[in-house]
Amino acid sequence: MSDVRTHAAEIHEQFSDHIDASVDDIAERLRVLVDEYKVPMEEARRSVESHYLDEAGLSRDDLGGGGNDTVQVEDIDTPERWVDLTAKVVELWEPRSDAVGQVGLLGDPTGTIKFTAWAKSDLPALEEGAVYRLGNVVTDEYQGRYSVKLNRTTTIEQLEEDLEVGDNTDTVEGALVDIQSGSGLIKRCPEEGCTRVLQNGRCSEHGDVDGEFDLRIKAVLDDGTAVHEVIFDEAATTELTGITLEDAKQQAMDALDTEIVAEDIRAQILGRYYRVTGPTLGRYVLVDEAEELGEPTDAESTLIRARSM
Amino acid sequence: MSANAPTREVARRVFAAEFNDATYTFKESDDDRAPVYLLLPTGERANRVFVVGTLTETEDVGEDSEYWQGRIVDPNGDTFYVYAGQYQPDAAAALRDLEPPAYVAVVGKPRTYETDDGEINVSIRPESISAVTAAVRNRWVVETAERTLDRLAAFDDEANEYARMVEDEYDLDPHQYRDTVVAALESLEAETEEAPV
Repeated sequence: MSDVRTHAAEIHEQFSDHIDASVDDIAERLRVLVDEYKVPMEEARRSVESHYLDEAGLSRDDLGGGGNDTVQVEDIDTPERWVDLTAKVVELWEPRSDAVGQVGLLGDPTGTIKFTAWAKSDLPALEEGAVYRLGNVVTDEYQGRYSVKLNRTTTIEQLEEDLEVGDNTDTVEGALVDIQSGSGLIKRCPEEGCTRVLQNGRCSEHGDVDGEFDLRIKAVLDDGTAVHEVIFDEAATTELTGITLEDAKQQAMDALDTEIVAEDIRAQILGRYYRVTGPTLGRYVLVDEAEELGEPTDAESTLIRARSM
Repeated sequence: MSANAPTREVARRVFAAEFNDATYTFKESDDDRAPVYLLLPTGERANRVFVVGTLTETEDVGEDSEYWQGRIVDPNGDTFYVYAGQYQPDAAAALRDLEPPAYVAVVGKPRTYETDDGEINVSIRPESISAVTAAVRNRWVVETAERTLDRLAAFDDEANEYARMVEDEYDLDPHQYRDTVVAALESLEAETEEAPV
């Protein structure tokens, strides 16, 4: 494919939702500018894009490309935004679908985020451990977790520098106002790499399976101005409540009901104040450390504030 | 999953004096399932509250089926009324089992009810009720004081739509709740001084 056709195809991709022009039409416009008017390709492309923007009644911001915000991982909190990102490839994962060219984890000092590159976008492969400046990636969201998609218009520039990768650790505190379903003694799908929580002995992916017991708490901390969803895994649950997985299994066996474990946990922690620290995963904080908060320490300064108002 | 999935409503912190003055409720959309908000007189909407206080009395006031009333008193001696029936089995069981006096934490939804003589009573329909320690109750008092002062500090902000709504819907001076805050903190201080070391 000639240079002109490559660019024409990319422009066509950008505008395909908005205009009827064929790749040939676009290529011809580019060719005239580049061959006859000797305009550099970049300038020619800009001119052709402007033409189709006018035709479609769009502004440049409506498209990918040009004028993107350069963001850091922690800034990504809206789906379907076109952004530029400088990040290190922390891990590459095995794609589960032929449509996916590469999938893995990108990181910068503010945290990590999943990325997907589509096979059809035909992009150069990213290498694990390398740092790239990625232009024109699209943000996406699934169940509160954000990711970025690399696409045909994405520019990839490898940088020589190394980049420190942060772990999104967050500390939140508040009253524990709710314990969500799926807390206490649960069963997970034993299929390799699945770990989905079973509902009535069924995995949504693998059907009826012989589940493996696990202990966890999904809870909500609320400080009166914001809510934070937090997850205690088995170790954190035991640390918080003193209940081990073995205790929980025994309790459930004696009562012939797994729900008793959640009830026990509820009675211990609901309505108390906690401060927890751990990495964030989507909208959840995965608890590494938890501390119950006792007597208030700032009553005096609050009283001074009230009297001065 | 879309990014517009309904987000959980924050549990507001409010003393009973202000809560019981909050008689105006509203919705922000025409959808039948849209949340109902109570308008707090300090200029905030509340679809959920978190209160901690002293449970002083429980009574089954139901006629055909169990319907439990609990009185929960804050440090100023003002009362939150909590009602739990068959649709709040956990909270109803808690009210049945708890022995007053006890410190309790309640998460719940504000409800208003108009009496035959046209007066509007405000109560809480609990999602959960749990017995807690004095430390939790004292922390709640200071936190509720801070949140109330935050609301008062933001009241005169032109862009504060709920404060403007208060001016339209209520005939009261929101700054009286500063005195509620001071009284609550002073009683906390007095209690702490009395407490044996």
